[in-house]
Amino acid sequence: MTESTTQNLLKTDAIIIGAGPVGLFAVFELGLNDIKCHLIDILDRPGGQCAELYPEKPIYDIPAVPVCTGTELTERLLEQINPFHPHFHFGQMAEKLEKTPDGKWRVTTDLGTVIEAGLVVVAAGGGSFVPKRPPIKGIETFEGKSVFYSVRKMEQFREKHIVIAGGGDSALDWVINLQPIAKRVTLVHRRDEFRAAPDSVLKMRALVSEGAMDLKIANLSSIVGTDGQISGVMLQEDGKTPHELACDNLLAFYGLTMKLGPVAHFGINLHENLIPVDTATFETSVPTIFAIGDINSYPGKMKLILSGFHEAALMAKKAFAYVHPDRRYRFQYTTSSSDLQSKLGVADAAE
Amino acid sequence: MRVICTDMDGKDHELQATEEWSVMEIIREGGIPILAQCGGSCACATCHVYVDAAWKAKLPEPSEEEVGMLDGAFDVTADSRLACQIIFNKELDGLKVKLGPGSV
Repeated sequence: MTESTTQNLLKTDAIIIGAGPVGLFAVFELGLNDIKCHLIDILDRPGGQCAELYPEKPIYDIPAVPVCTGTELTERLLEQINPFHPHFHFGQMAEKLEKTPDGKWRVTTDLGTVIEAGLVVVAAGGGSFVPKRPPIKGIETFEGKSVFYSVRKMEQFREKHIVIAGGGDSALDWVINLQPIAKRVTLVHRRDEFRAAPDSVLKMRALVSEGAMDLKIANLSSIVGTDGQISGVMLQEDGKTPHELACDNLLAFYGLTMKLGPVAHFGINLHENLIPVDTATFETSVPTIFAIGDINSYPGKMKLILSGFHEAALMAKKAFAYVHPDRRYRFQYTTSSSDLQSKLGVADAAE
Repeated sequence: MRVICTDMDGKDHELQATEEWSVMEIIREGGIPILAQCGGSCACATCHVYVDAAWKAKLPEPSEEEVGMLDGAFDVTADSRLACQIIFNKELDGLKVKLGPGSV
């Protein structure tokens, strides 16, 4: 099959939702079966949980790799799948799944990317990484109006009193970027220590000592306001009664959490937020839609990266039957098959 | 041996506890929903619990990494811990914890 771009519509053989280790390895298994892929991931880089949760933590249970970090595993997988030239769509969420008149799947992302393919492979792990929402009653009515978890347009904060909550790089980066244009910036964090780039912490401390911004060591306990517009936040300082800090905007940066998201509305059967699959093919209740990795469920399932790798291999075999119905499936080893070696670009080296 | 876990609705659950298991595992295997998204590697803050004041002194101090991870939890107090970092032993028989915001 060939890939083509017609105006804004992208066409490929398989759309993989999720670029974590299992989604990445699926590119390899599909590639060996002459199936081209586009991958969509809400993070701005590949690796999924390996990138977001444990980039520096050691993993010891990858076969034949005694130890590697989440980042190293991701880098090795990218190297391994490079011969298949996957197309990545980062920083976006697969939002809508529709059937086209000619029986293909059309996936639309929240950034408006539209991809059509015969197959969809859901490798979404624990779901989409989305910002953690402070457990404040009614906060959702302010979101996108005066409470934000990311910054798209800095200008909207010009001449505003803003409260930035959190103690990591996102909080500190936005403190430093918004301080020059905001009327006043107050950083609220639960303790007087910050897990952020030392340079950012120094800059923030300097701004505080110059009197150019405020730092409050407190928990955010509630928000005050009406009709989506906050007028202040309630701060709980250690051992004191909560007090109000007036502001126009709250920017909260408490990290990311995983939520199943729009996949729940794709029309695939779900069981306790997981996707039941046939363990011979890893196909879901909907033919031509597969689910591999942590997001699927079947008797005996273990949420291990290596399970996802196995699932990708079996999925690819069934995928081959869909994408190449006119061809006979041939089981081959990369060690001995010149056909597979030429796909991997190692045909000469292996001779 | 047991751990008493108070859920977000204020209901107490008496859970079977096993030595060398983390309190997160004891809660999860006891059938109490707990997010614990990173699976117990001190890499998120979704197993945030409050340790009952009477038990706090019996626990080893949290590591710097755990204290740092708690920055991603909400309503953190001096009683806050990550359940995946509390390793159960027989001295902790009867330990009382309460699920914190962000753990379910």
